[in-house]
Amino acid sequence: MQPLPYPDRERALWIYRQMVRIREFEERVKRTFTEHPGMIRGHTHLGDGAEATIVGAIAAIRPDDYVLATYRCHGYLIALGSSPRAMMAEIYGKATGLSHGLAGSMHLADPEHQFLGTSGIVGQGIPHATGVALAIQVRGGDQVVLCFFGDGASKQGAFHESLNIASLWKLPVVYILENNLYQAVTRVEMEDANAAAGEPLSTKARAYSMPGVTIDGTDPIAVLTTVANAVERARRGEGPTLIESVFYRFSAHGNIIVPPPVPLHFEEHEALTIYKCADEYEQWRQRDPIPRFRAWLRGIGVSEDELVAIESAAREEMDDAVRFALESPWPEPDILQRYVYA
Amino acid sequence: MAREIPYIQAIMEAITEEMQRDPNVIFYGQEQAVSDEDPMVVAFGRKRVRPTPISETAEIGMAVGAAMVGLRPVVELLMTDFILVALDQVVNEAARVYFKTAGRVKVPIVLKAGYGFAAGWSVQHANCWYNLFMGVPGLKVVVPSTAADAKGLMKAAIRDDNPVLYLHHYMLTLVPGPVPDGDVVVPIGVADVKRPGRDVTIIATGWMVQRSLEAADLLAREGIDVEVVDPRSLAPLDVDTLVASVEKTRRVVLVDQAPRHASAAALIAAEIAERAFGALAAPPRLVTALDTSVPYSKPLEDAVIPSVERIVQAVREVVQA
Repeated sequence: MQPLPYPDRERALWIYRQMVRIREFEERVKRTFTEHPGMIRGHTHLGDGAEATIVGAIAAIRPDDYVLATYRCHGYLIALGSSPRAMMAEIYGKATGLSHGLAGSMHLADPEHQFLGTSGIVGQGIPHATGVALAIQVRGGDQVVLCFFGDGASKQGAFHESLNIASLWKLPVVYILENNLYQAVTRVEMEDANAAAGEPLSTKARAYSMPGVTIDGTDPIAVLTTVANAVERARRGEGPTLIESVFYRFSAHGNIIVPPPVPLHFEEHEALTIYKCADEYEQWRQRDPIPRFRAWLRGIGVSEDELVAIESAAREEMDDAVRFALESPWPEPDILQRYVYA
Repeated sequence: MAREIPYIQAIMEAITEEMQRDPNVIFYGQEQAVSDEDPMVVAFGRKRVRPTPISETAEIGMAVGAAMVGLRPVVELLMTDFILVALDQVVNEAARVYFKTAGRVKVPIVLKAGYGFAAGWSVQHANCWYNLFMGVPGLKVVVPSTAADAKGLMKAAIRDDNPVLYLHHYMLTLVPGPVPDGDVVVPIGVADVKRPGRDVTIIATGWMVQRSLEAADLLAREGIDVEVVDPRSLAPLDVDTLVASVEKTRRVVLVDQAPRHASAAALIAAEIAERAFGALAAPPRLVTALDTSVPYSKPLEDAVIPSVERIVQAVREVVQA
């Protein structure tokens, strides 16, 4: 679907469909830990709560623009049109996965859909996105790069070095700082000087002489509008923007970190397990971007039937992805040497 | 036809020729191209040739990103020691992309850096860190010892679809050598016999090749015929050529400017022990830097780094064993 800068009815429904697809996918990933124990190994991170930011931002770009993100990566690929079957199969370590099981949940990549991948190391994908923007500039193109990362990443040297160069060279990149208020388990005001001082994290943009804005990351229209402006600015050759999108993740940072044979699972969010702030968690639950945007769509005249159809289609699609991944074969070790050197 | 040019000029010629050949090659780094009269700037313009801030993580990480969409960045990192600031980008980013995307995204980058500056640069600027990078699957590591290899390996590195750590030896910077005319590429992963001989093999890289050749000349006067083999590339490593030489001479001395523990020499010795143990008439002998830091003072520096005398003595002992 051709993205438009501002959502007409069709575009708004596209946004809703992608948000629901992401939520349904993430819920199935999470349920896998109990329904198919042992199927998902290592560490998995979910984007439930981030849907408005992910989809609102991607709705603002063209099909030939690029997206790079973090290990919490499932949602971007879904919004960009990747196959949920191939994604789930990768998360299950199957031969039919995007990388035939070589990579796993943290390292989904789909260059055919302009998603160049992630780094599993906090903040280290930011220079990659910046380098893609450099390539666009060297070639004289007018594409733009969306670079997603978390609040924790904004304390990495990679973030600061990249923003300095991007602003210095006026590179076509939009930095989207997803502030979900927790670094991993540490609350943002315990590790961020701006947050501790009661200032937004977008204050950091000032140090690099670029625009910095903070937006409600639970509202896809606010995200779309802001990102579209930043994208157009970047396309005009005027350089990068730092957008702090504030929202909440509803799941824990990741599944529990334990060695086998202890079964993996997701605990409740750190607000409940560590900080005992049930109120905070409940307040953010009230701002869940999906029911909120659903109500907005009803308000502009979208019928209940139309929304229910989107929701049931997403459920069926993601059930199918799980079935496909479960039934897929395991990879053969012969691929291990094939992808060492190009 | 060949011309006699310094090692560093050979490297820069290779970069320039590759930039003329392929518009996807770009070149940037700290303190580079600051003048509009810089020949690279004149030839290729400011889009493709840039000075960067002192930001190794961004310099290398941006090369990774630019390469993901088809550019072939050559990053001037000045000193291998500086790469340590950005180790993640080299070992855990650049070298992982091709594997983790199952071949769907390639990272053709060249990280150019000098090393081994045994001229009073002391503890933090004179190290030989190639051993740190040899065990990183997906990363190639080349260490040319002559002007011709320097040029040909740089061409190969730029054309390679993988991240290549191109390490040039500071002590060889101004050393002239014959460089063939034309577009001559030295393949990565192919060792080279720098001096044929019958009695004993010396395996050495970089500046140590020069010292080993000097040692070989001295030993020839004693009637010991030394073969000097330069792996030229430490990853991938041309074990076959090294083993073939050792099977011929039945004796081997491994010379390495890095400290002994976990050195390239130790790794090669293990490969030879496994592959050619039966052919050996004497145990392999390692001549390496001492397991200590590189000191500042000249006599101390001399004591740490393998000298021609130490190489000669080791060869004598191996031959007499």
